[in-house]
Amino acid sequence: MTILFDGIAFGMLLFLISVGLSVTLGLMNFVNLAHGVFAMVGGYVCVVLLNDWGVPFLATIPFAIIVPGLVGVVLERLLYRRLYEASDLDQVLFSLGLVFMAVAATHYFFGARQQPLHLPAFLSGQIHLPGADIGVYRLFLVIAGIVVAVGLQWSVIRTSFGARLRAAVDNQRTARGLGIDVNRVFMLTFALGSALAGLGGALGVEMLGLDPEFPVKYLVYFLIVVTVGGGGNILGSLWAALLLGVADVAGKYYVPQIGAFIIYAIMVVILIVRPQGLFGRAHH
Amino acid sequence: MTSLASPVAADSATAIHDSLRRFRRSADWKPLEYLFWCLPVAAYFLFPGNYLLLSQIAVTSLFALSLDLIFGYAGIISLGHAAFFGVGAYTVGLLGMRGMGDPLTGLVLAALFAAILGFFSSFLLLRGSDLARLMVTLGVALMLYELANKFSGITGGVDGIPGIEIKPVLGLFEFDLYGRTGYIYAVVVLFVLFWIARRIVHSPFGQSLRGIQMNAQRMPALSVPVNRRLVAVYTLGAAYAGVAGAVLAQTNQFVSLSVLGFENSADLLLILILGGTGRLYGGLIGAIVFIVAKHFLSDLNPQYWQFWLGLALVLLVMYARGGILGTASKWLEKRRQRAQSRPVGGAA
Amino acid sequence: MNAVLQTHGLVRTFGGFVATDHVDLAVQAGARHALIGPNGAGKTTLINLLTGYLAPTEGRVTLMGEDVTRMPQHARCRKGLVRTFQINQLFGDMTVLESVAMSVSERLGLGASWFKPLAACGEAVDEAAVILQRLGLLSDAYETTRNLAYGRQRLIEIALALAQHPKVLLLDEPAAGVPTSESRELFEVIAQLPRDVTILLIEHDMDLVFRFAERISVLVSGALLLEDTPEVIANHPRVREVYLGEAHG
Ligand SMILES: Nc1ncnc2c1ncn2[C@@H]1O[C@H](COP(=O)(O)OP(=O)(O)OP(=O)(O)O)[C@@H](O)[C@H]1O
Ligand SMILES: [Mg+2]
Repeated sequence: MTILFDGIAFGMLLFLISVGLSVTLGLMNFVNLAHGVFAMVGGYVCVVLLNDWGVPFLATIPFAIIVPGLVGVVLERLLYRRLYEASDLDQVLFSLGLVFMAVAATHYFFGARQQPLHLPAFLSGQIHLPGADIGVYRLFLVIAGIVVAVGLQWSVIRTSFGARLRAAVDNQRTARGLGIDVNRVFMLTFALGSALAGLGGALGVEMLGLDPEFPVKYLVYFLIVVTVGGGGNILGSLWAALLLGVADVAGKYYVPQIGAFIIYAIMVVILIVRPQGLFGRAHH
Repeated sequence: MTSLASPVAADSATAIHDSLRRFRRSADWKPLEYLFWCLPVAAYFLFPGNYLLLSQIAVTSLFALSLDLIFGYAGIISLGHAAFFGVGAYTVGLLGMRGMGDPLTGLVLAALFAAILGFFSSFLLLRGSDLARLMVTLGVALMLYELANKFSGITGGVDGIPGIEIKPVLGLFEFDLYGRTGYIYAVVVLFVLFWIARRIVHSPFGQSLRGIQMNAQRMPALSVPVNRRLVAVYTLGAAYAGVAGAVLAQTNQFVSLSVLGFENSADLLLILILGGTGRLYGGLIGAIVFIVAKHFLSDLNPQYWQFWLGLALVLLVMYARGGILGTASKWLEKRRQRAQSRPVGGAA
Repeated sequence: MNAVLQTHGLVRTFGGFVATDHVDLAVQAGARHALIGPNGAGKTTLINLLTGYLAPTEGRVTLMGEDVTRMPQHARCRKGLVRTFQINQLFGDMTVLESVAMSVSERLGLGASWFKPLAACGEAVDEAAVILQRLGLLSDAYETTRNLAYGRQRLIEIALALAQHPKVLLLDEPAAGVPTSESRELFEVIAQLPRDVTILLIEHDMDLVFRFAERISVLVSGALLLEDTPEVIANHPRVREVYLGEAHG
């Protein structure tokens, strides 16, 4: 039971971080392997504010959202935008390059060590329920994940921004003809995805750890969430992330030797059997 | 359809004959190529203290060549090519541990096992987008890594299999401490396999691979069984990578888990892109540049090295998509065109 | 009369949309057969079904009496069922000679040979050159395909098909995108093909169709409306209504 809950909490973090990638990949068709960098930025913003500046944990979160979002805007304007039309391979190489640079730069500024994080008292500790001990922080993560998922799904379906985004993705030229500023829509979407990754990164320091290798270490996880969930599918990402989170935590607990192997094998099988993802539609 | 091949008027027949002469020579060795292959010989005499580094270049060249076959020619993108390299390396390592250290047997078996893995995994890649292929190749390599990690009793895990005993080449040439034999051996293997690869890419089979890469939809309408060709080339590329891994294990007499790692695959892709894809020499030139740069830059600071690597990737994608060879040939082409248009412009 | 290429109740749907609607088409040996119909009638879809580019939802295709419904594209092509594409499907980075020589070598069954250079396969290269000359492409033999004008590229599309030695040649709007002056020449080349090549032609230009075809099938909304000689078709009221009326304003 505790394992299940840990898995769900882990899955929520994966969801928070990956959902931005799902949007850029599925809707904007951009293979951004550097997505984890934004999560790492969020994590470091949180840790630095907390440890060096004494800002309370919850108060660091807005910064951990805004800073990666701004970084996202800048990178999108300067670099990513030029590659929307490029091939998958170009996008892969380019974003891999960004990952390498980010990892090296983080090494340079913060060193190779794991960043410590001390949670405030009201978020640590456990709730004792009959049959299960649930970490307060885990509960916090799950709630945060649900709030974000619901908010996102609602905004894509209900708000005018969501409508414009879907229009821009379905047919860029028509959308432009309708007077939609496609560039702006893409930029905002990218920023939103980066900001969410930052949020996930900050909330995840305690559970995922934080060091310069972060974007590489979890890259495969993010990709699995997106490919299994089906690109551009928010709820699909959520289910995929939860599935992966539970499978990973349970796998590492019960069959520690081959846990990772099973996850990769499942990913390959899903890609072969359902290339559009478990929850993806055949064609968006 | 006899009339299409029917004899044509005599004057046009000679016109055809003349115009074909250039094409018939297109697969001949060019002067620059002879020059290129003088490099490893020259390096042997010029850098006698650096045989280990030089053999590393030769091995990486071969590895990059194997990726060029499947990616540069057939267009199958892979982020997991290290899987085959690793299989080759471990084949040699495990044989060597059991006293079966004959180098050439090792190469053949390494090629065989890598080819078997390549053959079976190729079926996973027949359908699907570039992204799906990327993920599947990555996934297969990660699975293999996890397996090797789990069975560390056999593979030695992260610590690796040290002190693999490799017998003398052909029973004559002992692998020495300075890597002199190793270097010559690696270059000879590289050259032989390069020569074969060169024949392959110029053959009708190789041409059909280029066709598949440029327009896979069109090929079945030219009676090409696309899937069969893809399976064949992927298996071949895997075998080549296996040999590269084997040569590494033999010249280093050491294998560890890093041969299977993600970085090995990612670096390889970068090397090939850096040099230029679909030209055979791209991987070789990429390997030279990459390893020399790594040697000097990571001497300064290993972390900086990774930064420059990343920067190189970003710049390559944005400004020099064809890599070194692609950019060079584009530049030459432009010069040629300018040279052609100048007299016309002057006359006008 | 014996049909070399025949469909039996061929159906193809895309989701709920019926693109090919119970088509029974028979193309006679040596025929000059045209397939006409308004835009979106399903002509290209039919070609895709005939060649195996698409699988039918229902029905069968027979080629020279043999059921080829489940046969993969390349095998049908090897049997002589060859097509061109409405939108050029070429090899942009190859020279013209390279791509045509490749097509010839594949027909000769050399495609799996991996040791001898293509350039040294005398037979394939010679034949490629002859084809290029027939189509007036020899002067561009060493041009990279992507550098040629669209009209010239259109000829490569045909050259690739001819290199396959078609028994049945399916031409999907071969003159689409070609300037009128050049399209005349292009049709001359097609008209000169030997009679043992059966031709099924899709074309919107009615003058060309009536000059070329001996048999015309009219396809409307995926279904065959009728099939007859050009004279009958030209005067048929329904055809005038659904098709010619639209084509001639
Ligand atoms: N792959 C597909 N998926 C969905 N619909 C398709 C597909 N291919 C064709 N269609 C639809 O089938 C119908 C017939 O298309 P087709 O291309 O066969 O027409 P056509 O007669 O060749 O037209 P044109 O003269 O414009 O070339 C069209 O409405 C088209 O939108
Ligand atoms: Mg059409």
